[in-house]
Amino acid sequence: MASEKNGRSVALDAHVRRIDSQDKVATGVLTVIVGLVMLLVVAIIAYILVRGAGRALTPGFLTNPYNDEAVPGILYQLWDSFYMLLVTLIISVPISLGAAIFLVEYAPDNWVTSAAKTAIETLSSLPSIVVGMFGSLFFVVTLGWGISILAGACALTMFNIPILVRTIQQALEDVPRSQRDAALAMGLTRWETTINVLLPAAMPAIVTGIVLSAGRVFGEAAALIFTAGSAPARLNFASVNFLSPTNPFNIFRPACSLAVYIWRLTSEPTAGSTEIVWGTATVLLACVLLFNVLARLLGKLLSRRLTAE
Amino acid sequence: MANLMPKRRLENIGLGITGFCVALVALVVVTLIFMVAQQGLTTFFVDGLNPIDFFFGQNWIPEQERYGALPMIVGSFAVTLLSTAFALPVAIGSAIFVVEVAPSFGRRIFQPFIELLVGIPSVVYGVLGLYVINSLIKAIFGDAAPTGAGILSGSLVLAIMILPTITTLSMDALRAVPNQYREGSYALGCTRWQTTWHVVLKSALPSLMTAVILGMTRAFGETLAVQMVIGGVERSMPMGLLDPASTLTAALTAGLSNAVSGSVYYHALWSLGMILLAMSLVFILIIHLIGRKGAKANG
Repeated sequence: MASEKNGRSVALDAHVRRIDSQDKVATGVLTVIVGLVMLLVVAIIAYILVRGAGRALTPGFLTNPYNDEAVPGILYQLWDSFYMLLVTLIISVPISLGAAIFLVEYAPDNWVTSAAKTAIETLSSLPSIVVGMFGSLFFVVTLGWGISILAGACALTMFNIPILVRTIQQALEDVPRSQRDAALAMGLTRWETTINVLLPAAMPAIVTGIVLSAGRVFGEAAALIFTAGSAPARLNFASVNFLSPTNPFNIFRPACSLAVYIWRLTSEPTAGSTEIVWGTATVLLACVLLFNVLARLLGKLLSRRLTAE
Repeated sequence: MANLMPKRRLENIGLGITGFCVALVALVVVTLIFMVAQQGLTTFFVDGLNPIDFFFGQNWIPEQERYGALPMIVGSFAVTLLSTAFALPVAIGSAIFVVEVAPSFGRRIFQPFIELLVGIPSVVYGVLGLYVINSLIKAIFGDAAPTGAGILSGSLVLAIMILPTITTLSMDALRAVPNQYREGSYALGCTRWQTTWHVVLKSALPSLMTAVILGMTRAFGETLAVQMVIGGVERSMPMGLLDPASTLTAALTAGLSNAVSGSVYYHALWSLGMILLAMSLVFILIIHLIGRKGAKANG
């Protein structure tokens, strides 16, 4: 009797020891994995920033045109990137805002709504090259805009809308139910409630979302190669003729963004292009990281102002 | 002015504007699907290419009018599966660590960290792959990989790119598991690992699968990063992981600028685009099916 009990407790002890050591090993392995991932992230970002820093910080790199003989720079590409981003946001923000408001506030629970949701979901999972192909036929040929900033911005809009709609939808849904109910009970219509109550309350999250999506758009290239072109534009900042292909503000001229420029230089390398590629990559990554920081700061600032009032 | 407007009219205007936005987006998506299908099917119905030769042909040599898409299809699936295999254990492992072992570290430090990876543009990954990973592969394998370009390098770059996608979605999936499940398991005397392995992972399985599929969607459609490192050889079938190969997206990027609009080559490229489109629709369908099954399992 006693020996049987003893045997059982020995077996139990062994089992406990086994699952304990199993637990320790698992925790150890997981810790190593997370450590490696953190290391990888730091290594990647540090490598890119450091590898191209020499070129990026060379005086003239940011302010010279690409065909400068002494220090070829990226001034035109920088301008094109920011300008195309601006045009994209001007087109995509109102549409996303409207679509998100419809889906949150109005959408009847029927097949039309679910079809619209599926359409947006489809858009979000489309490969960017397919969007680029479609743009190269629809915007460039069918609508007759040619290879242009406008066509590029529309392709980027298609890429940007699903991201924006999702964040704005989330922001609107996060507004406390009581605020909505109170406004409706005061006799406001749904539209007035949305404009006067929900949008201001959701504004910090919406702004954060827009700036974050701007970072994504800024680095997109595949959708642009066949819509906005990949040849470096020649710009004349003194030009006042808005229809001239060298006028920086003309939305019907071809443009080459930083990301497309990197792709072009790696696919058609020339003497010394490797250094320019790294320099441009550093600038591009720095811009994207700045967008990330800016998004968080703006969100915090706006919500502090809103809650203080 | 707005105050004077009858409420009913104001409401209708609001409904009209927002409804128009949604309709516009839906219309663009429908146009896109229609256009890709129309151009892609022209290859078979007007140019008279045999679909079987197209999908199973092993040589893509436009100069000789040979359009066999199998090398690219195989390449796309190979990099997708291989990169998922690389990224999956790391992603799930880190998700378990930051949700089950160190939640506050996960929320405050790890999450912002991994989100930095999402922000890196795909061309920058391409540059990194081209100059760093390809050289590494060349150094490791020597003569077996003369350029370093190939399916293996492509998969490594993609694995880094989809790692944040799978990790953050897995973290969400694990966080969504109700705490009572864990407490119940602990109360029975289970260790943390037993709880994670037998209870948490099992109940989060449908969401974890969705995370993996979304990662695969991204890998399958990723364009420039892959195109820059994989070598761009679509003439014949890839024979090994170290041979230069191509994917559907890479072949499109390289080919579309040379193709004359309206030519057979141009339409054949659109057919490749049609395969890409069809695959992303299939991925969406799978996600919906998993979601429906998960909803049924949880009552």
